[in-house]
Amino acid sequence: MKLSRESVQRIATLARLRLTADEESEITGQLDRILTYMDKLNELDTANIEVFTHGIDNLSALREDKVTNQPNTDALLANVPDRDGNFFKVPKIIE
Amino acid sequence: MNLVALTIHDASDKLRRREISSVDLTNAVFQRIDATDEKVHAFITLARESAIERAQQADARLRSDPQVSPLLGIPIAVKDNFLTRGLKTTCASKLLGDFMPPYDATTIIKLRDAGAVLIGKTNLDEFAMGSSAEYSAFFPTHNPWNLERIPGGSSGGSAAAVAADQCIAALGTDTGGSIRQPAACCGVVGLKPTYGRVSRNGIIAFASSMDQVGPLTKDVRDAALLLKALAGHDPADSTSSTRLVPDYGTALNGEVKGLRIGIAKEYFVPGMDGLVQQAVRDAIRKVENSGAERVDIGLPYTEYAVAVYYIVATAEASSNLARYDGMRFGHRAEARDLTETYMISRDEGFGPEVKRRIMLGTYVLSAGYYDAYYLKAQRVRTLIKRDFEEAFKHCDVIVAPTAPTTAFKIGEKIQDPLQMYLSDIYTISANLAGLPAISLPCGFDGDGMPIGLQIIGKPFDEVTVLRTAYAYEQATEWHKKKPTL
Repeated sequence: MKLSRESVQRIATLARLRLTADEESEITGQLDRILTYMDKLNELDTANIEVFTHGIDNLSALREDKVTNQPNTDALLANVPDRDGNFFKVPKIIE
Repeated sequence: MNLVALTIHDASDKLRRREISSVDLTNAVFQRIDATDEKVHAFITLARESAIERAQQADARLRSDPQVSPLLGIPIAVKDNFLTRGLKTTCASKLLGDFMPPYDATTIIKLRDAGAVLIGKTNLDEFAMGSSAEYSAFFPTHNPWNLERIPGGSSGGSAAAVAADQCIAALGTDTGGSIRQPAACCGVVGLKPTYGRVSRNGIIAFASSMDQVGPLTKDVRDAALLLKALAGHDPADSTSSTRLVPDYGTALNGEVKGLRIGIAKEYFVPGMDGLVQQAVRDAIRKVENSGAERVDIGLPYTEYAVAVYYIVATAEASSNLARYDGMRFGHRAEARDLTETYMISRDEGFGPEVKRRIMLGTYVLSAGYYDAYYLKAQRVRTLIKRDFEEAFKHCDVIVAPTAPTTAFKIGEKIQDPLQMYLSDIYTISANLAGLPAISLPCGFDGDGMPIGLQIIGKPFDEVTVLRTAYAYEQATEWHKKKPTL
């Protein structure tokens, strides 16, 4: 096994996912099989190969910094699970 | 006249000649949906009222201005991962549920400006993660050719809707084959443009370095028409290209004399379905007979593509899906504190495949594993891209199968994620390298299920991809076959 139950628990915490005990054991086995398959990549010597960053040329990442949209508070807050006036209401963070 | 079976270009001709109206066409489409969607389950949400309104507007525009887009008045279905203002967008996830987008995707604005009629939102694998549409949190979509089979995925609803004549054409997204593989499974045309050709603004992000929008249509000409309407630079997507958009329609002249078609032995492996292999080889001969020249090429890193893809795609997905925290939108669970609210909201909101991919992506990015998995995969991705650069020195397009098998049975692979991932083996390389690729029908297997032919092109050379596809389509009748429902 490449993957222990403990490391699955650690990853679930990092990913902010609660897993039931059943899910945890199922996912441990599945991820283990997938990661074993991915070991295939170790057949290749890639020491001198550059890391892929992007696939296309003439990226146009820069543009003038000006407001083009019209903020609509009600539309933006329409999906909020809990609202207080024009604010998102969230659970208490600091005791 | 069977209105719903029309292509975009046929319907557009009839609309201009005033033989039909957009309202008639739109009503016919909804009648067809009412008669067939209990079996197919292609749609999550229908937009009846707004569609009829748009059709009325299109009819008015047709009367006043005949020099209009070929999309004017055409009923089009859209995968439910495109943001549509005022129309529920779920991504087939319980987490998004009744999410009402505050804005439209750029491609939705382009469709609307061209006068297309948006009829509804189609089913998909949750967050576009899957190859069968079975991972939808709501219901599986059924293949119109055989209701026991999957329609492919993740754009399974869009492909099934086109095949079942529930729309004239549809839009999908393709991160690892999600337009082409369902197009192959359902016997329709599906085009994934070059990465950067079409704006991703307003598409719910899955793997941002590979996601791309494209059309699912009844023939190659329609794919060219839709691509023309969708393509182009968008200031809201910094990865969208500023290259000029060519007139794809003029590429459709059936001329392939002297065209070099590359055949890679790596795409014809022992594990693949014999009839699929036969159909694709017959198709290659047909294109050769039209005057194209066959060139044997090598793509030696193909066997590593699935491993690279499922590391890169899940890594990007795990960060893209971090936004679903139940605070500003989506499902929020009741819990004791903030961390527990996140964890329970995400547990309750996400389905098993999405969780699996978030877990895998978080693992390959985590301290101690980042170099061994993520960076390793990004290095091998460079090798895969170089494979294509080398191959395209010797050929103009690469012809291959779209999928190793035809549509499998619903439930057949759902317990074995790795087997499901391997059904993307021929499509994911084009996403890893950012290349344009099309799937079009090239035959049927012994059970009457459609087989897809894939044509992969050089970056931004959709023109040659479409020209080759059109030449093959003109020489065959496969695209005219319809399922009986």
